[in-house]
Amino acid sequence: MTTARRERPAETGTPIIEVRAISKIYAGGVEALNDISLEVPRGKLTTLLGPSGCGKTTLLKIIAGLIPATSGEVLVSGRPVTGPGPDRAFVFQDFALMPWASVLRNVAFGLELRGVSRSERDEVARRHIAEVGLAGFEDRHPHELSGGMRQRVGLARALAVDADVLLMDEPFSSVDEQTRRKFQEDMLGLLSAHGKTVLFVTHSIEEAVYLSDRIVLLSRRPSRVAQVIEPEIRRGDDPEAIRRHPAYLDTVETIWQGLKRYLD
Amino acid sequence: MKIYGFRVPLMASLIVWIALWEVIGRTGAALVLPPFSSVVERMVEIVPTPTFLKALAMTGEAYLIGNLIAIGIGVPVGVLMGRSVVADRLLLPWVNIFLSAPLSALVPVIMVLFGLGMTTIVLTVVLFAVWIIVLDARAGVRGISPSLVEMARSYGATPLQAFAKIYLWAALPEILAGIRLGCIRAVKGVIIGQLLVSIVGFGHLFEIYFSNFLMEHFWALVLTLFAFAFAIAEGLGYLERRVEYYASSRQQ
Ligand SMILES: Nc1ncnc2c1ncn2[C@@H]1O[C@H](COP(=O)(O)OP(=O)(O)O)[C@@H](O)[C@H]1O
Ligand SMILES: [Mg+2]
Repeated sequence: MTTARRERPAETGTPIIEVRAISKIYAGGVEALNDISLEVPRGKLTTLLGPSGCGKTTLLKIIAGLIPATSGEVLVSGRPVTGPGPDRAFVFQDFALMPWASVLRNVAFGLELRGVSRSERDEVARRHIAEVGLAGFEDRHPHELSGGMRQRVGLARALAVDADVLLMDEPFSSVDEQTRRKFQEDMLGLLSAHGKTVLFVTHSIEEAVYLSDRIVLLSRRPSRVAQVIEPEIRRGDDPEAIRRHPAYLDTVETIWQGLKRYLD
Repeated sequence: MKIYGFRVPLMASLIVWIALWEVIGRTGAALVLPPFSSVVERMVEIVPTPTFLKALAMTGEAYLIGNLIAIGIGVPVGVLMGRSVVADRLLLPWVNIFLSAPLSALVPVIMVLFGLGMTTIVLTVVLFAVWIIVLDARAGVRGISPSLVEMARSYGATPLQAFAKIYLWAALPEILAGIRLGCIRAVKGVIIGQLLVSIVGFGHLFEIYFSNFLMEHFWALVLTLFAFAFAIAEGLGYLERRVEYYASSRQQ
């Protein structure tokens, strides 16, 4: 990654997702979210960081329109969310690939559902398969791929529908450590090249600090926004250098302190 | 060759039983049991006759149509039950009752409603086959990974698309298992239907052979039908094993 995130000056930084006073109580009585409000700036990578079980997935699915909130509302590009829409694409923790379908068909699936013709969607899918580094694997099936490669398929599928926003739920948690860093690099490069807005869920502080423009720290359930942190890290540097950079280490430390304060 | 090692004793035991049958038949001790060799002779004799072929065609037709109806109704209903709690609550008790009920007792009711003909036999096949198909399709759909369903929704699948592109495929191993079991039950259905109607197909033949005490004919017919049922079950089992590869890879 030698280029900085591609700027779209007129828009970048203005909120594309606005979460307003969202609460969620599950049918069983579990209070997952309590009066959450936050904004996700356009063209940036925002991370939801919090302990396991604090409601990160719940919030992401509410924004995706997959589950309804108990109260509050979510706006995407100013329009209230009432269900899934073509402006948002989801990347799943467990990949959610169709095991009976080839990589090509999995990546093209969003377009298939929209009724895009076979030849057109295959062409788009091939392009994105190549982008995520899986050229040559088009006709393989998910069970023939490693965890990292499966998630690359999940990423290609999300890119193929050309949504403005990518919602990623712990996409690297089932990817082994060795391939994770390379994948993170590749992903950052791709997302900035496409000018995507990303809302990224993780429970790893290092991952959050390394990847994010903005980190939203969530408290324990019923979760609220504990703190918003914007790591001042110059991307485009050598990844290893970033991980040794004082700003990186400071931010990790700040979050540790924050977690102690808000969680204990 | 494990299979070969298994086949030999199986065939050997069959030969022992056939020999026993032959001996008992030849002694004439059991009036209803002619020797095996004369039954086989009779089999070769009656199978090519027009009466037999007509009965076979008629049976095959009823069997096929009945199974298609059972699959056409059973799979969507099972998928619906797997997806909708309301549908499941409404239908599951009935499916379970019919699954274990002595269905032959209901055939006379169908006879009264639909007469002594093809319709009754087809409906008997449906009655025997459909419940296990529903139950297995339901189980298959309930086993689908929730994230696959959410994936389809988040990428904009309509309910119909989700059914055709996700549920059906994700549940395919269970659906096929249900269809195989349904087809095996349907063999009972088509025979019992014909025996009770007894003026068409093999039911008619059984009726003629039995009332005229043609025991060789009777046993020849029984053996032929057993062979058919066995061949159908084996053929379906073979098909099912071919899709098993992804049942194991399904949970990724
Ligand atoms: N469908 C559900 N029904 C009831 N409770 C749920 C459901 N989904 C999640 N929860 C509960 O809500 C809380 C938040 O879950 P989740 O959003 O998955 O957390 P996270 O993604 O931060 O680990 C957890 O306590 C979990 O047990
Ligand atoms: Mg989660």
